[in-house]
Amino acid sequence: MADNGDDQYRINEGDYVVLKRGDIFKAVQILPKKKVIFEKQWFFLDNAVGNLYSTTFEISSGGILQPQKQKETGNPSDLKEAGTDNRHIVDDGKSQKLTRDDIETLKEQGLKGQEIIQQLIENSSTFRDKTEYAQDKYIKKKKKKYENTVTILKPSCRILAMMYHGREPGKICHLRYDTLAQMLTLANIHAGSKVLVFETCAGLVLGSVMERMGGHGSVIQMYPGGGPVRAGVESFGFPAHFHDTLHEFPICHVNALLAGALDAAAKDPTADEKQFGLAAEEEQIPPEAEQQGSPEEQSMETNTEDDAGQDQEKIEKEKRREAKAQEKKVKLEEKQKKLAAAAALLEGRNADGLVIASRFHPCPVLMTLLRFLSPSRPFVVYSQYKEPLIECYTKLREVGGTVNLRLTDTWLRHYQVLPNRTHPVLLMSGGGGYLLSGTTIAADRSKPAAPQQSEEPAPKRQKLKDTEG
Amino acid sequence: MSFVEYSDCIQDGDVAIVYLNHNSVMPVKVQHGAQTQTRYGVIRHSSDLIGQRYGSKVTCSKGGWVYVLHPTPELWTVALPHRTQILYTTDIATITMMLELKPGSVVCESGTGSGSLSHAILRTIAPTGHLHTVEFHQQRAEKVQEEFTEHRVAHLVTVRNQDVCKDGFGVSGVADAVFLDIPSPWEAVGHARAAMKRQAGGRLCSFSPCIEQVQRTCQALVDQGFEEISTLEVLLRVHDVRTVSLPLPDFGPDSRTETSPNHAAISLKTTTAPREMPGHTGYLTFATKPRT
Ligand SMILES: C[S@@+](CC[C@H](N)C(=O)[O-])C[C@H]1O[C@@H](n2cnc3c(N)ncnc32)[C@H](O)[C@@H]1O
Repeated sequence: MADNGDDQYRINEGDYVVLKRGDIFKAVQILPKKKVIFEKQWFFLDNAVGNLYSTTFEISSGGILQPQKQKETGNPSDLKEAGTDNRHIVDDGKSQKLTRDDIETLKEQGLKGQEIIQQLIENSSTFRDKTEYAQDKYIKKKKKKYENTVTILKPSCRILAMMYHGREPGKICHLRYDTLAQMLTLANIHAGSKVLVFETCAGLVLGSVMERMGGHGSVIQMYPGGGPVRAGVESFGFPAHFHDTLHEFPICHVNALLAGALDAAAKDPTADEKQFGLAAEEEQIPPEAEQQGSPEEQSMETNTEDDAGQDQEKIEKEKRREAKAQEKKVKLEEKQKKLAAAAALLEGRNADGLVIASRFHPCPVLMTLLRFLSPSRPFVVYSQYKEPLIECYTKLREVGGTVNLRLTDTWLRHYQVLPNRTHPVLLMSGGGGYLLSGTTIAADRSKPAAPQQSEEPAPKRQKLKDTEG
Repeated sequence: MSFVEYSDCIQDGDVAIVYLNHNSVMPVKVQHGAQTQTRYGVIRHSSDLIGQRYGSKVTCSKGGWVYVLHPTPELWTVALPHRTQILYTTDIATITMMLELKPGSVVCESGTGSGSLSHAILRTIAPTGHLHTVEFHQQRAEKVQEEFTEHRVAHLVTVRNQDVCKDGFGVSGVADAVFLDIPSPWEAVGHARAAMKRQAGGRLCSFSPCIEQVQRTCQALVDQGFEEISTLEVLLRVHDVRTVSLPLPDFGPDSRTETSPNHAAISLKTTTAPREMPGHTGYLTFATKPRT
């Protein structure tokens, strides 16, 4: 159980990693001689291979990474002393005693970004008089300009959620990391369960669910449109066997599945063409091949070419066409196999959890997918907006089948903790989206004939019903 | 039934959660022949519970009904008997993600308290992880061990009855993550570091209600070489869905329109905020252990 061999802690070629500087992150893959650009600097990751994860590297000339020696990362703000107001600050453009040439000389002397910033602070006549907020801003600005280090991290749900939220919130429906944390806990995601995920968050939510299941159990991605989107799942760098637990099912077949008519719907070849959106997904197939009909049509076409037997080229072309058609057929069969496997998992209607986070209206998605859950299982729906969740809540109260309904959001605040200068960080996120969570219950088995059950409850029970959510 | 694995039907020996309403749930040890008294009447285990599906509605002797739910760490947190202050789901969820817990993680925790957080940790690290939890109050340590057994998670946890500030966690070089919820966490930071895996940049979290505690803990973390030190606070806001009716005032006859003034009210679905809510639980300080 102890550190048996440290291989898993070392950076390997092909690994998916996350680059970090300050609170800026970027997900990349370690590939030989591949130039990456991060925070307007370019470099190669080759030298990172073999080092431990969480190592900080200096970027030296030629974009070569050099592991930084341990512990030279004092925070310059530890040393600063803040003024209470700015009455003594005179902006005469002369407050910085170091000239541009001086700074260049410092750089040539091999001073690190950190040390240069320290020099700048020491040579600034106004720094001490600046308010703390202004000091922070100053340091941030200078850091951006002079720091040239990058830390390489092992990806995790925490890091990727913070990365997406910081860099591309639009891609994840503005789902804040603490909100994602609530979802994973409220849905009781754990190893060995069977979880349904419907998301349009670039695969971040799906990947987070998979991380919490650790390759045990099954995850079924219910996807809208032509194919499942899950670029974000790659960034987690899961071992191959994790992907065996991941299944996918197009929601356009859900009604058929619920009606027990999936076979008919899915085996109709024209439906496949439409539903699987082959055209959209497989750009590498040229349009003419895409327009090829069924194999029968093709063979008829070949028969008409009896006069052109001498045309070697045509035959070649035909062969290629056939190979492509064959390839397509194999792909289609594979898809159908996958579809059947996912359908088999869904058919029992005994899933253990449901997680929804998408740009679609959550109400129809929730009402439909809830039908696949066992009784006494949690579900959670995210929406950037509150109103659609109010609608979901209202609908659920109307149709029954759930208890423990709660519409919530979380408020998140970070703190600066320094001797005599502890206070909330000046900026905070205005909102992280809303969640509706609840628990399914068993369908009432009592026959409508049983009067006690179907009649309106006595006043006391009425009250109970009112307060339950 | 187990806290780390679902089952469909209620069996003798299970711990089930009786859901009365939103603000009221209670744990029940299911036993042949036993009865449980609720405010809606008696539940008879043999006939009402055993063999039923989890999630079933049970009509109690006085005619009111309840639902019997499969236990989860989240239901346990609102149902458990309090022996100490406990952590609630909003903080627990944040802790779980920020400590990067997942199946297989090895975690150290102190103090165990009432085991609210412990159950959530166990759920997440099962089936291959392990929790080492340290509680210096002997009765609490014994009681929580009993609960772990009843909840069928005992194989995933070791409870140690010792002072974490003096004797540490009882393991070294094994933990991926450490969590502290004690009055003087700064005294345990050194032990935390020793318990953590050497090469991995493991994660630490300390929960403290007071800012002075946070300051001392952060100083200790800096002294021990911890990095990425970050303190935050997370609060849950509940939105109660309500239909409200807003009356329209009468402006008198309007010469520009033919229609007579409408004294109706407009009714709409919206949410209201609770009159009071927990405005502070504690500060969460996170840090990453440096590789050594
Ligand atoms: C607030 S409770 C922890 C609650 C727990 N996190 C939960 O969610 O149920 C704090 C516990 O830490 C224990 N404790 C305090 N100082 C300790 C120490 N130095 N060593 C071990 N346990 C300690 C106390 O006995 C108490 O049970």
